[in-house]
Amino acid sequence: MKVGLLVTCLVDMMRPSIGFAAIKLLESAGCEVVVPATQTCCGQPGYNSGDRASSKLLAAKLVAEFEACDFLVAPSGSCSGMVKTHYPELFADDAAMLARVTALAARTYELTDFLLNVAKIQAVPGRFEGTVTYHDSCSGLREMGVKAQPRELLAKVPGLKLAEMTEAESCCGFGGTFSIKFGEISARMSDNKCQNIEDTHADAVVLGDLGCMLNIEGRLRRRGNETTKVLHVAQVLAGDTD
Amino acid sequence: MQIATMYFKDRAQVKLNDELLQYNLKKSKGKFVGKRAEAIRELDDFEGTRTAAREIRQRVLDNLDTYLEIFEQNATARGATVLWAETPEEANRHVLDIAAKHQLKKAIKSKSMVSEESALDHAIEQAGLKVVETDLGEYILQINDYEPPSHIIAPALHKSKEEVSALFAKVHGTPPKTGIQELCGEARAVLREHYLTGDLGISGANFLIAETGSVMLVTNEGNATLCTTLPKVHVVITGIEKIVPTLEEASTLLRLLTRSATGQSITNYVDILTGIKGAGEYHGAEHMYFILVDSGRTRVLASEVREALRCIRCGACLNHCPVYQNIGGHSYGWVYPGPIGSVITPMFIGQEMAVDLPNASTLCGACGVVCPVRIPLPELLRKHREAQVKEDLRPWVERLGLKGWTWLALHPGLYGLATRIGVRLMKMMGGYEGRIHKLPLVGGWSDGRDLPAPTGKTFRELYAAKRRSA
Ligand code: SF4
Repeated sequence: MKVGLLVTCLVDMMRPSIGFAAIKLLESAGCEVVVPATQTCCGQPGYNSGDRASSKLLAAKLVAEFEACDFLVAPSGSCSGMVKTHYPELFADDAAMLARVTALAARTYELTDFLLNVAKIQAVPGRFEGTVTYHDSCSGLREMGVKAQPRELLAKVPGLKLAEMTEAESCCGFGGTFSIKFGEISARMSDNKCQNIEDTHADAVVLGDLGCMLNIEGRLRRRGNETTKVLHVAQVLAGDTD
Repeated sequence: MQIATMYFKDRAQVKLNDELLQYNLKKSKGKFVGKRAEAIRELDDFEGTRTAAREIRQRVLDNLDTYLEIFEQNATARGATVLWAETPEEANRHVLDIAAKHQLKKAIKSKSMVSEESALDHAIEQAGLKVVETDLGEYILQINDYEPPSHIIAPALHKSKEEVSALFAKVHGTPPKTGIQELCGEARAVLREHYLTGDLGISGANFLIAETGSVMLVTNEGNATLCTTLPKVHVVITGIEKIVPTLEEASTLLRLLTRSATGQSITNYVDILTGIKGAGEYHGAEHMYFILVDSGRTRVLASEVREALRCIRCGACLNHCPVYQNIGGHSYGWVYPGPIGSVITPMFIGQEMAVDLPNASTLCGACGVVCPVRIPLPELLRKHREAQVKEDLRPWVERLGLKGWTWLALHPGLYGLATRIGVRLMKMMGGYEGRIHKLPLVGGWSDGRDLPAPTGKTFRELYAAKRRSA
């Protein structure tokens, strides 16, 4: 089973350890992992900002890079969601590209969904002493149907206890460029999220998208919270939480 | 209604710092969301019903002219008059003409958002007639100097009981009341007088039924029943898209409407009014008019956001929107707030007047998954963003930034180099704490939060090094 890892540009730049954790998990599930070397960005920033032309160029590039793989897996609900739900829409009027894009979209997965439902892993390498709470990032939840998968996998981590927060499904306020254009509204939304996280007294908040992680961590620290860790689900499952 | 959409950011800022409003918003949020979640569980096949509702509404839009003709025929056959209004002004003019023709002096109104579009109340008053809003929420706003509604089904949602109590005491000259029951009692007593003296009843429409020429009104206070049956003349003012082919299909929509809106299985009152009072009938208006308003709707129909016209105005997308929940309806600056407002407002008042609205969303998708008629609201917001790029309405810094990023991402070698340099710089900016407090160019981010700094090397270079050493 040849799995192409879509590292995502944010992980590439901001938290490479998440990419390595994903590789570790996929390999432990018996997959052959390939990392197309020329991959960069899936085109989502342009897409969500109304720049269709730009996002189409990047989408075409990504499709060419990954179509030889049996599966495309990303440690991100939002980037996998871009490929799976939005690429087909981008090429709706280009039959040849649409066929290629649809074929890839059908083989595209968010990491935890893939590990649980395709690779069907039984055990995970990680262990974690403490309590975590899980934030459902929007695209993963609503575009990719990621809800039970990370929780089922986290339940396999020895030592880990899960404490659900209220409004786990509420947006953290990131929204890509929204957080820059409407910083004040975004920060207030993040504040609500931080409060719900803190109310659980968990040692860490775990989630599946780096954009939301940076937003939540940034706001927690600005609020003066120096202790609650913000971890990617791949890091926890792989046992790479330092 | 006066347009303030271009001040969205400033208005939102004010609302974020309004502690009383924030308290009121928090209180109402839980109620709506929780009650809807419970109510939809009563339906055996909620998702299937949504699909059916979507189909009904879409079929109407695809054949709007036909259904409007059928409606006109059937309404006329039952003694009603159907008038068409292309613009808001025309809608108001029709109302005033009707009032003049029948020598009417006082309008009693049940809730109508379409009449907010044309500021009908002001037009009526300017013509020297009286108008009284009888929906409790609308009444509260009217006596507070015509404060605009902040929600499409709960117009005074932003107000607390205490604020209403103080307002009633001031306007009615009565001792302040504390209980909701007492406040309602007071409003009821004041309004009863108006019901008995009004000669022009004005209502909106939840649905227009084509096969019977009827209007369906869905309310909780019973005020619509009184407004539409006591006065001699009843005027329905509504948008041309409110048509539903049959009563059977209206009942499918009704099952979703009340559950999505207030979380009720059914509202206290559902009126279906058909034609004028017949010979020997006791109830009903002697004259019935339908004013069917376009004012932008055919423009929506011809646009990329046409699906928005399926809307049945339940308000669920507002209630579930994390942006609306935090800034309330007034920030949006026109008649319709929240996700549906941000989709239709630019079509009604012009894209360039409402540049912020389609962008003021994280595209989190909460609105789309609750919409009873499956309007893909996030996709439609994105369509507006695309239109803004095409119409050159985006700031050049943003355009340049995106173009630059795309160009870089299309050249993997340069991208690798640039990101390697970038992450090293940012790591330095992050210092020993590992976080950046102030960011150049994107201050919107760093005003409200830190940016956790990168670790100093990119995944690509680490991965390449690993492969080499393996
Ligand atoms: S867009 Fe959908 S959810 Fe929003 S008010 Fe209209 S019908 Fe209700």
